[in-house]
Amino acid sequence: MGYDLNEKKYSKELDLKHLKPYGDTMNDGKVQISFTLPIENDEKGEEAAKTLARKMGIIDPLVAERITLDNSFTMYVVYGGVNHSLDYTSITVETVETDILNKYEIESFIDDNFDNNIIVIGASTGTDAHTVGIDAIMNMKGFAGHYGLERYRNIDAFNLGSQVENAVLIKKAVNLNADVLLISQTVTQKNVHIDNLVNFVELLEAEGLRDRFIIIVGGPRITHELAKELGYDAGFGPKKFAEDVASFFVQELAKRKKE
Amino acid sequence: MGTLNLSKEIVAEARKYAEQIAKDTQVFINRHTTVTVERTVCRLLGIDGVDELGVPFPNILVDQISKHGDLGIGVSNYLASTLKHTSLSMNEIVKLVSEEKLNITKYPLLCKREVTETLQKYIDESLFKINSNKSKRKNIFDKFGVKDGPLLYVIVATGNIFEDVVQAKAAAKAGADIVAVIRTTGQSLLDFVPYGATTEGFGGTYATQENFKIMRLALDEVGEELERYIMLVNYASGLCMPEIAAMGAIERLDMMLNDSLYGILFRDINMQRTFIDQYFSRVINAYAGIIINTGEDNYLTTSDAITEAHTVLASQFINEQFALLANMKEELQGLGHAFEIDPDVENGFLYEIAQAQMAREVFPKAPLKYMPPTKHMTGNIFKGYAQNTLFNIVTKATNQRIHLLGMLTEAVHTPFMSDRFLAIDNANYINKTMKNFGDEIEFKRDGIIHRRAEKVLNDATNLLKEISNIGIFSTIEKGMFAGIKRAIDGGKGLKGVSIKHELYTNPVIDQMIIELEEAK
Repeated sequence: MGYDLNEKKYSKELDLKHLKPYGDTMNDGKVQISFTLPIENDEKGEEAAKTLARKMGIIDPLVAERITLDNSFTMYVVYGGVNHSLDYTSITVETVETDILNKYEIESFIDDNFDNNIIVIGASTGTDAHTVGIDAIMNMKGFAGHYGLERYRNIDAFNLGSQVENAVLIKKAVNLNADVLLISQTVTQKNVHIDNLVNFVELLEAEGLRDRFIIIVGGPRITHELAKELGYDAGFGPKKFAEDVASFFVQELAKRKKE
Repeated sequence: MGTLNLSKEIVAEARKYAEQIAKDTQVFINRHTTVTVERTVCRLLGIDGVDELGVPFPNILVDQISKHGDLGIGVSNYLASTLKHTSLSMNEIVKLVSEEKLNITKYPLLCKREVTETLQKYIDESLFKINSNKSKRKNIFDKFGVKDGPLLYVIVATGNIFEDVVQAKAAAKAGADIVAVIRTTGQSLLDFVPYGATTEGFGGTYATQENFKIMRLALDEVGEELERYIMLVNYASGLCMPEIAAMGAIERLDMMLNDSLYGILFRDINMQRTFIDQYFSRVINAYAGIIINTGEDNYLTTSDAITEAHTVLASQFINEQFALLANMKEELQGLGHAFEIDPDVENGFLYEIAQAQMAREVFPKAPLKYMPPTKHMTGNIFKGYAQNTLFNIVTKATNQRIHLLGMLTEAVHTPFMSDRFLAIDNANYINKTMKNFGDEIEFKRDGIIHRRAEKVLNDATNLLKEISNIGIFSTIEKGMFAGIKRAIDGGKGLKGVSIKHELYTNPVIDQMIIELEEAK
């Protein structure tokens, strides 16, 4: 590969209205991609990979490496400059907009705003057998030094574990008079989590219970925007801890109490 | 590798407590049977197939006994008494029961000797099949040779057995020695085994006998081409633990995940049920020469890999004793552990070396199963690849046997073909460039690694002492493993447990045990 000796004729100024990826020079548009094609590893395959890259909008694609995975499967590592740009100033995303408090601030917030402990129920629902996510948020020990909700003085946290049916979770929520329901979805193959999440909201609505709880979903493929779209109050993806989730629901509960 | 000089006395003491724990539990196990144990007997008497609604024949027979008879008498006696008092064949009996035209519980029961005599030819037929599989496996290994060092283990999980075949063959060609076909999420909670080839499931497809057969054939084909024996893995776990072990024995699987503690903690399966089931399944695995994999590595996905490392070792000691009680030799005990220390921990790599080397020295003959990082993998695949490299180095340097390969996309999706290729490539690189590294290094006396291993061993021994006082059931109720509490009468499957009647007999397991003891 070596040094890029081409003269760089484009503007080197940052332009947020025409934003491009950054390799080592402003606006060079450089990206790295890798993919596998179900074909033999030869010159024709390399050309196929370049053609695909061009269709993706990459000018002068360089196939840095082609690797045989099997007789008729080849992986390509491709570099190149993308010819697309985008208007960064026009992008809006929905994010959880409450302040992030720490554990002690959350506990005093509950003391100041509520007469009783906040009751939170969590579960990994449907066929999902993974508890890593819900455990990280709820268990005493928490995750990566962030204590879970069970350790919060004035939160009563009930972790129902994995493979909990939507109907069972709702029944439990009513029995325990919960304020907040946390749903964890880890398995995301073939979008099974989406169907299950939609089904949960439909069940709540059918029983006239949707407004009784704050419902929150979390998981590696969950964004706040997706959660809102599916009818949840909030969604939390990776790198979110118990205090992120609790900050949201205590402030949201306080807001609803005032209304 | 230079030894850690672990105290032989402490290791022996830990083992003694574990033996006590397993023996106390075995007393309970010996007094009980379960629905899946009895269905397993059916399968090993040659009963297979489903009715038009897809209900397996073993379930139909055992359900009839639960309803009209006493499960504690066992299916063997009922079947033998029906055979003896009618002129029906086994196949005719199964057919008539499934059509609700025959009640096998209404014939006069036999004494144990008569049961065995009546069923002997069916037992012989099954055990012959299992023994032929054993010799076939041995012959292929003899022909191609057994690889030294870590065996590269990958998973396929497309959710479609035919797509799994494509992926498995590609993985074998790239260098995998062992292929595990992941089951669909939730199969562990089914109280029956689905039938036939399956092309659906989430995060994997069903463990069925037909799927076992399809994958076995594919791996034999590709193995012949590569001149290697490719080992096949599935899951003898969940509510059908021994039935799946029997299916695996019949279809020549080579390894089975097989650990009640895992099911209790992570799948909320009732502990009484699954300890009883585990015993029969381990006897079958031992008989068929199938290596088991235990699930201690999973503790570290919910508990901290530093503060809770001793729970992994304690559980390995207990699993070893349960396996020995099932007549399973050490060479078939793939005890599990994992590389799960937070990458931000200073000297974390040294602690990983200490824990891995300790396991190696405590269980010298066991083909230890070593799991890659999962808990601290992020979407940063580039860092993930580095984490996996460090894991591969520990695996090689401490000579682990069953080497589960880490995927750079662990936290992102089920592996692409390219992810698996890169994982194998990484492991092959380390195994080659560091081939004799382990033989060249020694541990500093009283250094960090040495002290760490000593501490984990001491903590595990103390924990085992405590468990031997209160028993395994109370230990689990207190949440001493993985920080998860389970109640003795909680979880799934307790309904399927029965106390054995005085006329109870299981001539299949009796025959297996006799042969296993003779072979010792």
